Amino acid sequence: MNLALKDIRHGLFRFVLTCFGLGLLMTVVLAMIGIYNGLVADALAVVEAPAADVWVVEAGTKGPFAEASSIPADSRDTVARMPGVAEAGAINYQTVEAPFLDRTLRLYVVGYEPGRPGGPQIIAEGRGIGTSHFELVADRKTGLLVGDTILLGRSRFTVVGLVEGAMNSGGDPAVYMTLADAMALQTELAPADQRVQAARGAGAVKSASVAAVIVRITPGADVDLLTATLRQWKHLAALSQIEQENILLASVVDKARRQIGLFLGILLAVSAVVIALIIYTMTMEKLKQIATLKLIGAPDRTIIGLIVQQSLILGTAGWGIGLTLILLVKDVFPRRVVLEPFNVAVLAGIIVVVCLAASGLGVRAAMKVDPATALGG
Amino acid sequence: MAIGDILVDVQAVAKHYGDGETRVDALRQVDLQVRAGEVIALLGPSGSGKTTLLNIIGCILDPSSGRVVLDGDPVYDGKWLRSDLRRLRLDKIGFIFQAHNLLPFLTAAENVSLVLDLAGWAPEKGKERAKELLDYLEVGHRAPVKPALLSGGEAQRVAIARALANRPRIILADEPTAALDSKRAQLVMDLLRKLASEQEACILTVTHDEKIFDRFDRLIHLRDGRLTDD
Ligand SMILES: Nc1ncnc2c1ncn2[C@@H]1O[C@H](COP(=O)(O)OP(=O)(O)OP(=O)(O)O)[C@@H](O)[C@H]1O
Ligand SMILES: [Mg+2]
Repeated sequence: MNLALKDIRHGLFRFVLTCFGLGLLMTVVLAMIGIYNGLVADALAVVEAPAADVWVVEAGTKGPFAEASSIPADSRDTVARMPGVAEAGAINYQTVEAPFLDRTLRLYVVGYEPGRPGGPQIIAEGRGIGTSHFELVADRKTGLLVGDTILLGRSRFTVVGLVEGAMNSGGDPAVYMTLADAMALQTELAPADQRVQAARGAGAVKSASVAAVIVRITPGADVDLLTATLRQWKHLAALSQIEQENILLASVVDKARRQIGLFLGILLAVSAVVIALIIYTMTMEKLKQIATLKLIGAPDRTIIGLIVQQSLILGTAGWGIGLTLILLVKDVFPRRVVLEPFNVAVLAGIIVVVCLAASGLGVRAAMKVDPATALGG
Repeated sequence: MAIGDILVDVQAVAKHYGDGETRVDALRQVDLQVRAGEVIALLGPSGSGKTTLLNIIGCILDPSSGRVVLDGDPVYDGKWLRSDLRRLRLDKIGFIFQAHNLLPFLTAAENVSLVLDLAGWAPEKGKERAKELLDYLEVGHRAPVKPALLSGGEAQRVAIARALANRPRIILADEPTAALDSKRAQLVMDLLRKLASEQEACILTVTHDEKIFDRFDRLIHLRDGRLTDD
């Protein structure tokens, strides 16, 4: 006869309500973990997207994400000729706002050279950018669909494909276009006085420049050797992919990350206290029944089983409800909520430990109770 | 084991609560022997130590001094001699108390079969025995009901069924018939008597109920913590 289940069924409504409350708390914890992961993943998405090995940027900068970087567009040719370089592509980033239907979209424009590194790796829908002008591949989160057109600068672009998970560290969804289009757009959107200069025929605003050159090395080539060589150019600097990721985490998202991380810590502590309190109270309310069990001769094993099983059922149910709820609502969040199975498992582990610790307190009280107390009243 | 065995042997047991100013001598040098088949009433004014004596025999209260032997097994001699007092209670002692103390989350039948479960009976056998006992006590029709929905008398009869379930040889009852009308009180006493002879058990009952005095083999009086045998 399982006493834990019988007791739960006896006060089912209350138990379910408690589980649900705990479940909501777990939803918040999981949401916070997801937001934290999402922040990190979003921040890294932009660096990881081109699957580069080395980033060639302006000397003395930590570009192109943490700081502005501008290098001559022909740097790509120079870099591509270096030993150990398999592929190189120039790339350029800018943020624009553009009206679309009744909204204003904030877009992170990535300009790259089709056929060279820097473009989207996987097209989710439609096709990649061809050679023609004024084509866009947009992230799904922009809300744009294949076939939509949108005015950027003075040109109307057509969406030919969709990708997923492309955005900058602020969460603005990305659109990809050819580097030529991106550079034209940059000029069109340049400050008015520069445009006046350009209209007078005073030559290009400045010689064509890009933000960075992305390099993929040949198999077996030495990244460190290549970056060291690249640094010998006075106007260039080179960062390995790892360095670039670390810079982004350290400088761009560090505060936001610490903020959420700290909040997550507090939330976990609060949850632990709440779980412990619920379980302890649950046991305290049963002390008289526990005394009765001792009186009729139930061994400790039965009593400990009752307490521990109930607390584990409560914890598991809370965790399950929390997980279900967060999976249901996570796509409603404006920014990505990323839950790794590992995080969910760690939370389960924490809950089990807290439940066992709390039932330990309950068990201690239960072991101390005198069977004679069952006789009073 | 047979009728006439000494099941309860209390030797020079004393019990006091508190110390110094607040010391209460609940029992002073009590000697009592109860044999299998005996049905004994424990009488005495309020505060005379009846419950205290019953709890000591039931191994849920430490005596201050003396010796207790249950079913030939010395269990207390200055200290408890057995570490598994709960198992001892499960196997040898049935409690019937004024407050029924049924577990609220189990049905009447489960409250009874739980004891058999704990004692290691096969679940089917346990259920059968529980049903049998409840029928016998005329509460069989209330078997699937939780205690909250039972009347005082029904709950008390379920508690009696629970106390008797594992066929203990020592049955301790603290005013077991207080919640019952006189017809049912006599019925319960008759049942207990029958069980005592069938199971070669002894019954020690605290009672104030004069209507059932004729159902006892022996009346024992406690006054100020001392036995005054009649
Ligand atoms: N836990 C306790 N602490 C202190 N004194 C106690 C305790 N339990 C009982 N006593 C005292 O011991 C004496 C005997 O109590 P006991 O409960 O055995 O009496 P009783 O004969 O059962 O009385 P009643 O007929 O009222 O139930 C009383 O004076 C009582 O106040
Ligand atoms: Mg009493």
